[in-house]
Amino acid sequence: MNKFELKTSVARTVLAKLRLNIKLVLLLIFFAVAKEAFALLTIEIKKGELVGGIPIAIVPFALEGVGAIDHKPADIIEVDLDFSGKFDTLPRAVFAGDPSDLKSVQYQQWRLTKVDAIVIGKVINLGEDQLEVRFRLVDIVRKQQIVGQKFTVHASKIRKVAHQISDIIYQQLTGEAGAFDTMIAYVAVTGTDQDRHFDLQVADADGFGTKTVLSSTEPILSPTWSPDGNLLAYVTFEKVQSITRPIIYVQNIWSGERKPIARHPGLNSAPSWSPDGNSLALTLSKEGNPEIFIYTLNTDSLQRLTRHTAIDTEPSWSPDGRSIVFSSGRSGAPQVYRIPVAGGAAKRLTFNGNYNADPSYSPDGKSIVMITEQGNGFRVGLYSDKDRIVKELTTTIQDESPTFSPNGEMIMYATQHGGRGVLATVSKDGSRQQTLKFQNGAIREPAWSPLKRKKRKL
Amino acid sequence: MMRNLFSYLVIIGCSIVIAGCGSRNVVYSEPEVEFVSGTAGSTTGLNDDAITTSGLGDGNSNDSASGVNTYGDLLGMRVVYFEYNSSLLSLASEAIAQAHAKSLASASGVQVILEGHADERGTREYNLALGESRARSVANVMEALGVSVSRIQIVSYGEERPVAFGYDEAAFALNRRVEIVYQ
Repeated sequence: MNKFELKTSVARTVLAKLRLNIKLVLLLIFFAVAKEAFALLTIEIKKGELVGGIPIAIVPFALEGVGAIDHKPADIIEVDLDFSGKFDTLPRAVFAGDPSDLKSVQYQQWRLTKVDAIVIGKVINLGEDQLEVRFRLVDIVRKQQIVGQKFTVHASKIRKVAHQISDIIYQQLTGEAGAFDTMIAYVAVTGTDQDRHFDLQVADADGFGTKTVLSSTEPILSPTWSPDGNLLAYVTFEKVQSITRPIIYVQNIWSGERKPIARHPGLNSAPSWSPDGNSLALTLSKEGNPEIFIYTLNTDSLQRLTRHTAIDTEPSWSPDGRSIVFSSGRSGAPQVYRIPVAGGAAKRLTFNGNYNADPSYSPDGKSIVMITEQGNGFRVGLYSDKDRIVKELTTTIQDESPTFSPNGEMIMYATQHGGRGVLATVSKDGSRQQTLKFQNGAIREPAWSPLKRKKRKL
Repeated sequence: MMRNLFSYLVIIGCSIVIAGCGSRNVVYSEPEVEFVSGTAGSTTGLNDDAITTSGLGDGNSNDSASGVNTYGDLLGMRVVYFEYNSSLLSLASEAIAQAHAKSLASASGVQVILEGHADERGTREYNLALGESRARSVANVMEALGVSVSRIQIVSYGEERPVAFGYDEAAFALNRRVEIVYQ
């Protein structure tokens, strides 16, 4: 046994031990810029369930003319790929060197680590806070570069570049669009049961770069992204004629500018954007009973869609814009129904489960995620028109607010973990679950942004 | 006996009889048996001098003996509770709503807010609608007894304002409610 083989053998043992750990806790500390507070995010990955993903190594990027950087691209990419559940990243202790260019990649030695591909790169200081970030995705088996690219960015945008690199890697190796350079909106609740504080926040999809877009002492519910990713519609409780009631607002997340779009007597709730961004489906009770209406932004007009004495709420548009799914109590406990936007009869979709509510379509329109109660507590469930059955995806009991990732691969939802509200994700086939925990308070009401955004600044 | 006390005549074809019934064509009449007179203002806790409980005759003594609440007791109750996923009023809840309706009928100018709530099970938005529906059930009883629609405000807080904390039936039962709040 030569020296290298010995090293590899030790490495294998280390690797095996790591894989035995059911949970590899990745602790990421984020120092935000300027006035932002120190924030801490933990992503708990059930590593054991990830074995079987694409084996890949993300080599720390070489720094040229840069002292130290807070946000290291390799760290960010590694967490992204682990988070997707489709990759199995190699622990750094067993790396075969730390190449930053093609000619220094020792293919034979990398082959021994069993990875299919490695990612290498550099961060070069161009001066005046400008950085050049270069990366290459290298096929270890074929001994060639798969893709390489360079980005010139302001130092403050390095996380964004890292997420874009993750998207490219994901796209190249899985054949599907990545969703790392996206955002999530959610509600953070702090304080005591009797004195609570609600913050509507947006963050990168990995939980970093948190910005509060609205603070209130009253609950904030149902944030939802406009299709262009610039606006959030949400429900907040506000005093109207001396009574605190739910109102629907639309807010531009970049400028902070907002306007109420529904403040009728009774309920104003459950906004859902049409795919063209011109309208929102809403639940209003101004005519005496919670019914679904379509509100058109340009004309400020309302059109009633449902007519039933039972509760109709939680509308969500199909991606083709032709129909709306919603929950209704017309059979007793809520079940999911579908109604043509052009008008017509509502058709009941869900028949298994005591309670099926809060439906929303997958981006491809083939399935509908919802909360289902089938005797095991409230869980994320998936219905498809093909199977016509609601299948439980999670094993928790207090799940709420499921939201598809814009590439349709994952579902983020709110649940309880150790008596606290947390966000979690589950793959669309239910095979992989992860928990995201923020340091302070309880987190709820997640909404994943769309892929395409025209503008990106706060 | 409960049925006897709170049974009502359904009058088809709305009317002139009861002011403020608007377009409804089904109304509840006055209860056949008057409410038992309670200890009036002191136990109603309404904190509003404009509300009186005077003018009610004696009720059925059998009902009192069996533990049925008096009018005053009923007025003192400002919260009605519901079954899981339901916005149907129990007979006891309906009696409370009726007592408050009578009180409102005799105290013009007083406004009431009906705050609907739900327990935390299920989705937030459905629970918001459920709270609304529960408050609407109480409002329907009041409106049928002649309380003007304009004097009743409905608001739902869904599962957002629990009074009991804990993931168990004891807490759930207390949170599935409509609070009757006088202004």
